[in-house]
Amino acid sequence: MTIGHTIPIARRLRHDRLMLAACLAATTLAIAVLSALLISIFVQGFSSLDWHFLSSFASRKAANAGILAPLMGSLWVCTICGMVAIPVGIATAIYLEEYARRSRLRSLIQLNISNLSGVPSIVYGILALAAFGRCFGAISSDDPWTLGSPDSVFFVQFPFGRSVLAGGLTLALVILPIMIIAAQEALRAVPVSLRQAALALGSTKWQVVWKVTLPSALPTMMTGAILSMSRAIGEAAPLLVIGGVLLLFSVPDNLMSDFTVLPLQIYNWAGRPQDDFHRIAAAAIIVQLVLLLGFNSVAIVIRQKLQRPLQS
Amino acid sequence: MIRLDASAPVTEPFPTPSTAPSPPAPAGGPSPDLRGAEAAPTRAIEMRALCAWYGSHQVLHTVDLDITAHRVCALIGPSGCGKSTLLRWMNRMNDTIASARASGSLNLHGLELLDPTLDVVDLRRRVGMVFQKPNPFPKSIFENVAFGPRLHRSYGRTDLEELVEQSLRASALWDEVKDRLHHSALGLSGGQQQRLCIARAIAVDPEVLLMDEPCSALDPRSTASIEELIRELRETYTIVIVTHNMQQASRVSDTTAFFDEGRLVETGATDILFTAPRERRTEDYVSGRFG
Amino acid sequence: MEGSIEWLLWLLTMVSVVTTVAIIAVLVSESVQFFTMEGHPEISPWSFLTGTVWSPLLGARPEFGVLPLVTGTVLVTAIAGLVAMPIGLLTAVYLSEYASAKTRTCLKTVLEILAGVPTVVYGFFALTFITPYLLQPLSESFGTYNAMGAGIAVGIMILPIVCSLSEDSLRAVPQSLRDGAYALGSTKFDVTAKVVVPAGLSGVIAAFLLALTRAIGETMIVALAAGGLAQLTANPSQQVQTMTAYMVQIFLGDAPANGIEYRSSYAVAMTLFAITFAMTGTGAIVLKRYREEYE
Repeated sequence: MTIGHTIPIARRLRHDRLMLAACLAATTLAIAVLSALLISIFVQGFSSLDWHFLSSFASRKAANAGILAPLMGSLWVCTICGMVAIPVGIATAIYLEEYARRSRLRSLIQLNISNLSGVPSIVYGILALAAFGRCFGAISSDDPWTLGSPDSVFFVQFPFGRSVLAGGLTLALVILPIMIIAAQEALRAVPVSLRQAALALGSTKWQVVWKVTLPSALPTMMTGAILSMSRAIGEAAPLLVIGGVLLLFSVPDNLMSDFTVLPLQIYNWAGRPQDDFHRIAAAAIIVQLVLLLGFNSVAIVIRQKLQRPLQS
Repeated sequence: MIRLDASAPVTEPFPTPSTAPSPPAPAGGPSPDLRGAEAAPTRAIEMRALCAWYGSHQVLHTVDLDITAHRVCALIGPSGCGKSTLLRWMNRMNDTIASARASGSLNLHGLELLDPTLDVVDLRRRVGMVFQKPNPFPKSIFENVAFGPRLHRSYGRTDLEELVEQSLRASALWDEVKDRLHHSALGLSGGQQQRLCIARAIAVDPEVLLMDEPCSALDPRSTASIEELIRELRETYTIVIVTHNMQQASRVSDTTAFFDEGRLVETGATDILFTAPRERRTEDYVSGRFG
Repeated sequence: MEGSIEWLLWLLTMVSVVTTVAIIAVLVSESVQFFTMEGHPEISPWSFLTGTVWSPLLGARPEFGVLPLVTGTVLVTAIAGLVAMPIGLLTAVYLSEYASAKTRTCLKTVLEILAGVPTVVYGFFALTFITPYLLQPLSESFGTYNAMGAGIAVGIMILPIVCSLSEDSLRAVPQSLRDGAYALGSTKFDVTAKVVVPAGLSGVIAAFLLALTRAIGETMIVALAAGGLAQLTANPSQQVQTMTAYMVQIFLGDAPANGIEYRSSYAVAMTLFAITFAMTGTGAIVLKRYREEYE
């Protein structure tokens, strides 16, 4: 008994070709979008890009404006952010992967971290405004607590207000979950046998982590760290909440200095109706993208150079 | 024994191997089917001067081998001797490997399998395959068995249910799973999963079943049940099985071909090959002295 | 020494826990202040969640019905999803099933670049390219600010997330399943559409969820390109205000820190946080279930 109807092979092959065509079309579209993005920005911004643009402060006239303040601001904020988020992220990852027992509490912390990574960055801005900007109202900004002298780079006042320190800590909160997850993945990739070998030689737990696990996980961790930092350098929303958009005529000189960053400056210029300002916004975007590309190439180089000895 | 396709038995003599590849079977059309040829044993698969390469590495050297219909043929030999490669040419699974190529002639009932224009989709419907590790799809038991038939034909619901039942009965799994047809296939034991994969393969009504070390991932009890199944299935299908296990080859197969370093060393009836091999290397291998 | 190190690591781990607690505490306490503010008895959680007019700054009497902000967010997110989910999934299928190793590496780099582009850049792109060169030539009804342009830009922004997470889960489907399907006489279409994508489906759904969560919380694109008028509309050529864009408007503006409109941004933030927290949680659970299923 032959049952059913044969499905013509021609129809099946047509599905096959349609599928490939759809996939190719989607991929081409994705590449086209990236090209359109890069080309349109390059065309608009390239003519405004010169040394004057990089070395000047903001101005009412687009032709005279530059990005010195936001460029330095971005560097300050990112440095602070990295110095906080990377160690805390790695420490958390080490605790969760190497120390914590597989308990309910641990999986709750884990779920919390993955949830935090989905919290919109502007919400971190609100937390930062309350915590760093106002110390939850515990200390009045009219009568701040002061540590050190204003001449020192490490001058600190409570509350932090709209300072680079507040900005850096805010971004550290934003990228902390990403950093933790990246560091955890790096630690998980280290073979258990390596740890057991070190333990068998009589090392303590911390010695194993410090001498064995961390060094072999470091390249992957650094890649993760750099990718998190490239997220931080592009963030604008949380900084906008704590500090607004400032047109500054100075670069930061201590932790309590006012600041602005490249994405905020881009937002400010892009939001104006005049084409002149759109052009310098595009020029600032080019600088921003070059910075990011630099970050990413460092990550790729680390990945390739340092991972090789591990694999062999 | 189930018979899903009742086309009349064809007993025409096997065509002489031609130098020019024969045209591929008409798309979707009926294919020559020698199943049920009760008279003289017919040759299902015929190889002449078959050579195969992966890149520049030659894995098969001028193999001449005939495989008889409705018999179990075991391919044995040490690892890397080319037996799995040979199997993967019989349903052109090697097409998924870019560097794989072959020369010579590999004939299935007059169809030249090395023809680059061959309709491999239709070929694989006619030549089923069971893999080393059970690989059920992450779907229900029913969906697993119905997957193949649905690719090639459209069925009414009851027809499909009947077909699934027949296939599961033929693979001796029906009684164990009939109450949970719509549960995930991943919940079955390893041996059950492998029998499900066999049911899945025979549901498309193939002529030949290729088995690539089908028991190597299973425990002894599951192995025994699969071996018993293979003995039953030979009445309906031509079976080619690759195995590392000498006892298994001697238990399930009618003929055995021994390969070493890409060459066919010896082939013949299994009982003779295992008790009175002509070649010294075969004797060493089957007696466990190497390999 | 050993003990104090473990204690220190535990303390640093608590940073992420404290962050969550602090976010919730700040949002809740500020929202409570908004709902209980003197002189505004008409404001209640109920009127906030069901009100259809959002006019905190205009008119004689401000109205705080969050629905226009929610629908604005949903509209932009829906457009972004319609752009990113099909393109992202098909690109993922291409990468995982069709592309050669070399093409794959190339395309992954393109995606990595797209993923690293700051969102403010996409906002600029929407404002200076998508709306004037793609949308306005199609129809004159598109204004400078519109939901469509912002939605497409958000879609481009989440495309790399959809694509790389989906690709991960498609590639995690064992090769043996593909072989099994081919051996039954499947075409590449059959293998991909009937075996690989269904087997990786939970991962794909999790990718969609995470990407949509990012779209909902996206701020700079909508602040630049979607406009500033909170209105209850499904027309993508109109301007809309999203929850995040309203927060930007308040924090950038001169609203006094004790005023009702300033406080209202916390209630909006609370709503946004609740929505995204629920979605990420769901995504994590879906992913976890899928990992348990196939391991």
